[in-house]
Amino acid sequence: MRHIISLLMENESGALSRVSGLFSARGYNIESLSVAPTEDPSLSRMTIVTSGSDEIIEQIIKQLNKLIDVVKVLDLNDGRHIERELMLVKVKTSKQYRDEVQQLSNSFGGRIIDASENILIIEFTGASTELDNYLKSLNNSLVVEIIRTGASGIGRGDRVLKI
Amino acid sequence: MKAEIITGAEIAIRSLQKENVKFVFGYPGGAVLNIYDAIFQQSSFKHVLVRHEQAAVHAADAYSRATGDVGVALVTSGPGATNAVTGIATAHMDSIPMVIISGQVPTHAIGQDAFQECDTVGITRPCVKHNFLVKDIKDIASTIKKAFYLAATGRPGPVLVDIPKDITAETAEFIYPENISLRSYNPVKHGHSGQINKALELLINAERPMVYSGGGVVLGNASEALTEFVKLLGLPITNTLMGLGGFPASHESFLGMLGMHGTYQANMAMQECDVLLAVGARFDDRVIGNPEHFLAKPKKIIHIDIDPASISKRVKIDIPIVGDVRLVLEDLISTFKTQKNKNSKTSDSEWLKAINQWKEKDCMSYEDDGTKIKPQKVIQKLHEITNGEAFITSDVGQHQMWAAQYYPFNKPRRWINSGGLGTMGVGLPYAMGCQLAFPDSQVACVTGEASIQMCIQELSTCKQFNLPVKIINLNNRYMGMVRQWQEFFYGNRYAESYMDALPDFVKLAESYGHVGMKIEKSSDIESALKEAFSPKLKERLVFLDFITDQTENVFPMVPSGKGLSEMILADGAEDL
Repeated sequence: MRHIISLLMENESGALSRVSGLFSARGYNIESLSVAPTEDPSLSRMTIVTSGSDEIIEQIIKQLNKLIDVVKVLDLNDGRHIERELMLVKVKTSKQYRDEVQQLSNSFGGRIIDASENILIIEFTGASTELDNYLKSLNNSLVVEIIRTGASGIGRGDRVLKI
Repeated sequence: MKAEIITGAEIAIRSLQKENVKFVFGYPGGAVLNIYDAIFQQSSFKHVLVRHEQAAVHAADAYSRATGDVGVALVTSGPGATNAVTGIATAHMDSIPMVIISGQVPTHAIGQDAFQECDTVGITRPCVKHNFLVKDIKDIASTIKKAFYLAATGRPGPVLVDIPKDITAETAEFIYPENISLRSYNPVKHGHSGQINKALELLINAERPMVYSGGGVVLGNASEALTEFVKLLGLPITNTLMGLGGFPASHESFLGMLGMHGTYQANMAMQECDVLLAVGARFDDRVIGNPEHFLAKPKKIIHIDIDPASISKRVKIDIPIVGDVRLVLEDLISTFKTQKNKNSKTSDSEWLKAINQWKEKDCMSYEDDGTKIKPQKVIQKLHEITNGEAFITSDVGQHQMWAAQYYPFNKPRRWINSGGLGTMGVGLPYAMGCQLAFPDSQVACVTGEASIQMCIQELSTCKQFNLPVKIINLNNRYMGMVRQWQEFFYGNRYAESYMDALPDFVKLAESYGHVGMKIEKSSDIESALKEAFSPKLKERLVFLDFITDQTENVFPMVPSGKGLSEMILADGAEDL
């Protein structure tokens, strides 16, 4: 099953490679990984999207906790949470398709952030599956380039990852 | 009072002194010259110059295994650090507390492919508990403090501190922190009392209880508590290769080692028990074989371990108890003593009868016609002559298994070997570490002609530091364990396992200034060992080259991937 794991770690050089190295050394999947500093500059927050059986996910969380620099780990899938990913899509549009692409994008909540003669760049945020669905609906031959950030997530209500 | 202003190198040395370090095993080089200059001007610890950095780490590792203190190694940048990696990985797999200090090129040269530069922190990251690159002289003392704290607490392990050359030459105040705390690192100590009660209830009501203990008991100084608990409840017990000595082998409850080359009775009891108490062990592939087969016979498993990640890693655990094994065992003992129901069901039970029947199989007997030297016999005689009191180090292979099987240990920290990584070449540097720690004790290195050649250069270190180690070389002219697998599983195709062009070990030992003996007849085993351990040779390293039966195999054997009870026995019986 797909899991979104959030963690806080000391914002030190090499911290990212400790986490990515753990995943490669133990053969765990990484679908995406995003990392940035938090409001406390001594901490980084990382979101890892991974998949595996319950046993594997349990091991992943234990192994992450075992890393000396990791302060706290939260499996967002253990409770209600919100997931968001940013995607930019560059689409080739001749006049005849332009309206159609715009309509489709609008219906998925996309925003046109750049338009030139034959090219549109559309920005989306949403859960990863929503972004997947948009791409499925779009005529593949029109797509020039796609960039996705990987998911970030946050617990709903009073579920907080903080020290 | 104002703190003293000293160089970074002196800060590093003072920090080691603050940690009461007695020995530093190392090898100098460009990036650590400042540190060596500071070592030259101090006398609080002894520096042991090895002949290869790998041996420095192994010797420091053995020093730790034998004493329980943190072992310390010092190497230079680049090749010094990469040579140390095998030693670090060996210590990491067996959770040995160590601090390795490596020199690094000056901070301004990092990343420029400077002479003897390598990304030491990157290279060692997967095989250390933690590592640090110190970029500021002000951080040297606190980083070394952290390194010792991390190495020795929780599940122990090696910690590396990489120090660039320029900051060892700069000067700063020396302030060594008294205490350390890390918000991201808080190892548990006591086990959960609810879990302890549940575990006790299960054990008391078990019909076929069994205890299996590992290296964690030795590392956690828990063997006294384990012994008391096991005796209180009258439980049968087995030790892993790493756990030998954690429970006295001479006690009637001890079933011998378990696992790939474990005894018939230990493996059968592991397979057939209904409640298993695992203490400081990790259910690894060489110990329980195929996990599905292991669980095919239903059993409840209690697992005591300091490392939560060890729990339910290979086998699902019913009652996990995370904590310091000694404290958890002491809590188990005190809880048991307050219980009304102290009748353990095990005494005179069917279960003990079954175990006794398995023992009768006498799985460790071997044929000996008194001509060719049987390696098992050499170990048995070694045990006899040293009264079972020696520190026994081993390399990796058949000789290692025979030493584990035929030298029963009654005390922890006497059996020093590479269990997890299985590193050939550790035996001699391990013996050095033990002998330095215990200069008046007998130290024997059980090895083979293949393993010993992997760190043979350390005979020179032994000469320099007058280390009277006795080397028991079980010389069968083969990489014995490789040969055994090739015989069993590869149709007798002995690919590259014959040790051709061997040196004359007697002359080799003599050329390093030691005593060499070649023993070719079974009837000479005892006299040779007696001579080697005699007062006359007490101060000398003796290299005993035993020319053994070439085709002897280690039994019992659980083939890789098979279940624990699917043993091949010496008499040819299989698939039981």
